[in-house]
Amino acid sequence: MKAARALFARELSLAWGGGGGPLLACGFLLCLTAILPLAAGGDPRVLAPAASGASWMALALASLLSLERMFERDLEDGALDLLATGPLPLEAVVGIKALAQWLATGLPLAVAAPVAALALGQPPELIGLTGASAALGGLGFAFTGALGAALALGARRGGLLIAVVVLPLFIPPVVFGAGALTRAASGQSPASALALLGAYVLFALVIAPVAGAAAVRNAQG
Amino acid sequence: MLTRLDIEVLSLSRGERRLFDGLSFSLSAGETAALTGANGAGKTSLLRAVAGFIRPDAGAIVFHGADGEMEAETAQRSALHLLGHHEGLKPQRTARQELGFQVEWLGGSAEAMDAAVVRLKLSPLLDLETRKLSAGQRRRLSLARLVAAPRALWLLDEPLAPLDEAWRGVAAELMAEHLAGGGMILAAVHDPLPVAARSLDLGDVR
Repeated sequence: MKAARALFARELSLAWGGGGGPLLACGFLLCLTAILPLAAGGDPRVLAPAASGASWMALALASLLSLERMFERDLEDGALDLLATGPLPLEAVVGIKALAQWLATGLPLAVAAPVAALALGQPPELIGLTGASAALGGLGFAFTGALGAALALGARRGGLLIAVVVLPLFIPPVVFGAGALTRAASGQSPASALALLGAYVLFALVIAPVAGAAAVRNAQG
Repeated sequence: MLTRLDIEVLSLSRGERRLFDGLSFSLSAGETAALTGANGAGKTSLLRAVAGFIRPDAGAIVFHGADGEMEAETAQRSALHLLGHHEGLKPQRTARQELGFQVEWLGGSAEAMDAAVVRLKLSPLLDLETRKLSAGQRRRLSLARLVAAPRALWLLDEPLAPLDEAWRGVAAELMAEHLAGGGMILAAVHDPLPVAARSLDLGDVR
């Protein structure tokens, strides 16, 4: 437990230290959504229906930003060897790293996403739902992203590879998350879409640590 | 506690290349083996295989505790230190943060860490970011982790290379104390180790 806490604290400190990764991700998300009105025109009749979808797409892209840091640097500087000789199995290491990623990047993005959606013309009463669904989806992004980052270990230009591996896996949460907001905006209950989003997150929580640890072991050998 | 390491007719490859075949030796509490051999003979690979990172082609690596055989994974997670060329220090974190994390992660106590800091005279370095440390200072930080988190088997890859004469002396004392306390050392070296060691030439095994 002590070791788990130490690793979690280290991951958070690495995410926040040296450059403020979470703020970078939030800035990236806001920039992306600010480009949309410039590209598609400022007409609210065009923008408002796309607001939920556009903010979820920006959320998925912004979640990619700090994934490269998750394992690649630890592999390069030998810290991964240290993590593998610690008391916890690699599955737990991957899980803890993904949780820290969610706390450091996913939650700040869940605060920025409703702002972006609001700016694009989403009805203000959806702010709470946007933030909550983004926080839930962010947990899925963090775990699936950890899996992708582990799979891309050791490949040259791994950062690009991560994006190509992970973005297709980010499609379901974008569909369910944006779907929940669209349904809520048209007066229907978002519960079914949120349930599907939750199912995706649970799936990622189970699969990513196991598969990610296998990929890390393979890269270490 | 780990008391013996047996390497039984071990064969290792990297990629397509066979490094060595049929390597057998054993290491008991208080013993040191110095791995020698040309560059690329497989010294580092053997250390990584013992640590569980490389799967051998054939043969076995068996860990023995006080009460019989230990599961390899248990031994690798609780009874060995691997000190390689890369020290695993994050450039933007301070030496104190990094050492603190490493010691806590590997199961050492805060008191043991303070004692190791005194022993290796690290206190003036603790508040520096690790990217500002020299190679020798980084190595001292890594030695502190070995001392502060007691584990029976030390796997050392060129442990003395970056250290100056005075610090080699201190490292020799630390190794001697570790061995006296029932520890074991398996080290890949080019220069002779400062403690009594059995020599194991990987070039001969091939």
